[in-house]
Amino acid sequence: MTRSGLIALGLITFLLAGWEGAVRIWAVPVFILPPPSLILTTAVVQAPLILPHAAVTGAEIVLGIVLALATAIPLAIAMFARPVLEKALSPFLVASQAIPVFALAPLLVIWLGYGMASKVFMAWIIIFFPITVSLVQGLKSCDPEYRTLFTLMGSPFIKTLAFLYWPWALPRFFAGLRVGVSVATIGAVIGEWVGAQQGLGFLMIQSNARLQTPLVFAAILWLAAMGLVLWTLVGILEKKIITWNT
Amino acid sequence: MLQIIDLAKYYNGQPVFSGLDLNLPAGRFQVLLGPSGCGKTTLFNTLTGVIPTDEGTIIWQGQTVPHLGSLCAYMHQKDLLLPWFSLMDNALLPARTRGRDMAGARVRAKNLFSRLGLDGYETHRPNQVSGGMRQRCALVRTLMFDRDLILLDEPLSALDAITRQRLQHLLLLLQTEFAKTILMITHDVDEALLLADDIFVSSSLPMTLIRRIHLNQPKPRAFDDPDLLHIKADILAHLVKGEAV
Repeated sequence: MTRSGLIALGLITFLLAGWEGAVRIWAVPVFILPPPSLILTTAVVQAPLILPHAAVTGAEIVLGIVLALATAIPLAIAMFARPVLEKALSPFLVASQAIPVFALAPLLVIWLGYGMASKVFMAWIIIFFPITVSLVQGLKSCDPEYRTLFTLMGSPFIKTLAFLYWPWALPRFFAGLRVGVSVATIGAVIGEWVGAQQGLGFLMIQSNARLQTPLVFAAILWLAAMGLVLWTLVGILEKKIITWNT
Repeated sequence: MLQIIDLAKYYNGQPVFSGLDLNLPAGRFQVLLGPSGCGKTTLFNTLTGVIPTDEGTIIWQGQTVPHLGSLCAYMHQKDLLLPWFSLMDNALLPARTRGRDMAGARVRAKNLFSRLGLDGYETHRPNQVSGGMRQRCALVRTLMFDRDLILLDEPLSALDAITRQRLQHLLLLLQTEFAKTILMITHDVDEALLLADDIFVSSSLPMTLIRRIHLNQPKPRAFDDPDLLHIKADILAHLVKGEAV
């Protein structure tokens, strides 16, 4: 294990041990702060209860990501190809970020209902922005000398895009996707808090109301694990696709 | 083969160059030499059609053309190879972007790889080979443009002495072995002296040709050739005078 890995492991062991010890020494009631050992057991033992909720939240997040990719990529390319479009649309993109998306959550539930649609929409608008912006920046960062080369080759835009701009933009695209994936979970859960019949956010609210605090923590643990898996998957995909040194 | 008559480009009513005349006979290595900021890049972009011309005529093999964008190949001091493609895919890029006969292009590229000592490196990525090999691959790509005219953009400036000499040999191959007509635009006097058959010295803003020098020293040339040093002094004197005007 690397030095940094050892330090990280040491730190987490210290924190968890301190938590566990403090809760036991001062006999903190479980419904206020459960010890980590109990949270972990709950997460495992209650898996049959948690899993269906986790699946729903996971599906919302993944759908949100897919929707965001399907809309952000064409929009970013269009904005790159037609600077007029970029100039016209960037104020809207920035303005859309100025609105606190979480404040929209109750409205989204009214408009799209208690089902998955409002949560998918929530995740989508949150992920959409970082992907679009980073992709446009990536496309624009292309070296002008390479552009001249392609112009003189008589390359049509679509081929220049495929051979030059797109690969050039990929590292930034993935940076945006990483950011998007890590905030996507927040979007889905907030959507579920506001109004839902299933999902980890729903489970947290329900358990919270019944003072089943260990279950709240267990749901958070599952959520964190899902975020981590998504993050790792993006990393693996990035390594698979970007095989050259940049 | 190429005639440029009365070419002009203005920015905000001010000429970057105007009344520019150049005549390039086939197979010659011509250099347009001007001080930094003389409008070199503007001229380059105008010739290649990246920006429109304001006045003037470009005649290519007896035909008036709007620009040379689809008639010339381009080579730069940077190899401009795409890191995500193999050397072979980089060399095939001109054919691929135009959707030409790929099988034929592959055969030609393969031959050029052999000729330039790149045999066995077809599937290597640019970052897996030396700088010299990358430059040779860039030369193959330039030849794969399949065009008679080659525009060189400061190909040797900012290179160390060894790389410079190696690249000089490569660029000369364009003329000697592949019979290309070459127009190089540069601010680097040494670069011009090493490569040119003719040097057109220009002053800046507006870019005006102030002197034409014919060089018949055999190539490749050495930096310290007394004749060249003599000519260099003369050119520098003109460049300084041109600045003062």
